[in-house]
Amino acid sequence: MEEYTQALQGGILIGLASWILLAGVGRSSSVSGITIGVLTTRRQSSLWRWAFLFGLVGGGAFFTWGLDIALVEIRHPLVLVPAGFLVGFGAVLGSGSASGHAVVGLGRRSKRSFAAVFTFAGAAVITVLITSHLPPISWWVEIVLEGLHTVFSR
Amino acid sequence: MHQPTTVPAALLNPRRRAIGAAARLIVAFAAGLVFAAGLTLSGMTQPDKVMAFLDIKEMFVGTFPGRWDASLLFVVLGALAIALLGYSLTPRASLKPWFARAFVLSTRRGIDTRLIAGAVVFGIGWGLSGYSPATALASLLTGQIDTVMFVLAMLPGMWVAGKL
Repeated sequence: MEEYTQALQGGILIGLASWILLAGVGRSSSVSGITIGVLTTRRQSSLWRWAFLFGLVGGGAFFTWGLDIALVEIRHPLVLVPAGFLVGFGAVLGSGSASGHAVVGLGRRSKRSFAAVFTFAGAAVITVLITSHLPPISWWVEIVLEGLHTVFSR
Repeated sequence: MHQPTTVPAALLNPRRRAIGAAARLIVAFAAGLVFAAGLTLSGMTQPDKVMAFLDIKEMFVGTFPGRWDASLLFVVLGALAIALLGYSLTPRASLKPWFARAFVLSTRRGIDTRLIAGAVVFGIGWGLSGYSPATALASLLTGQIDTVMFVLAMLPGMWVAGKL
């Protein structure tokens, strides 16, 4: 159980941060919402968004270094790039992702957010289930390259 | 003389408005900082930890919960403990945020196709990478090329969805 105390503490900080933004600035801490706001709103009214993102990005770098968080191994770009696009697209289309729906939405007891969380969690679990049974991406890349090589060296 | 009807006196004073605007930025920055602290402390910025949570097959290795990593569940529990309490007090008790005119929160109702479709697409991307917008941005300047690539792909995705 001890290994979960940090998770719980981290979660409490996330909830606290969300409340600070709400009580202080009157806004939802949905990171996707804030980011799309920065991409689409006039600069003047978006200053608070930039401030939040600076804190998030800067803080993330600082605490990763300070807490000595292990850095991940390089994942294949053929997975990361489509995944990144899907995450961004889905988060904005669905009006929020983890920080939006799972924290703010559920915190406000929103039925919409409950449905969203259930749905994206389910989709993620199924995705992992499928990909964990598939060969790694490097295997696929090799197959395709071998195939192309065979076709073009006739 | 015609009096302005609803503008509070504080907002008519330019100096107080400027102080309020500065305070607003500091609070927003602080919120981002605390958010980042929570994300890193909880281990959510490590995709492998997120994947270990999503891989529910691990629950069935030996007796329950097997090798399953329930961290994300505890993160959500911790966050909701604060959020449920906090959001029941705010914005109901206060009339306005500390440094803004009004609360701006989503008023959308009903579960529609956009919401579900978006959630499915997000879930797939999340399941493929273990990153969400928050964790990817928190890890953006940690020197990992992974997160930079992810974010560079995420932003166009957001922009395209915003156009729909």
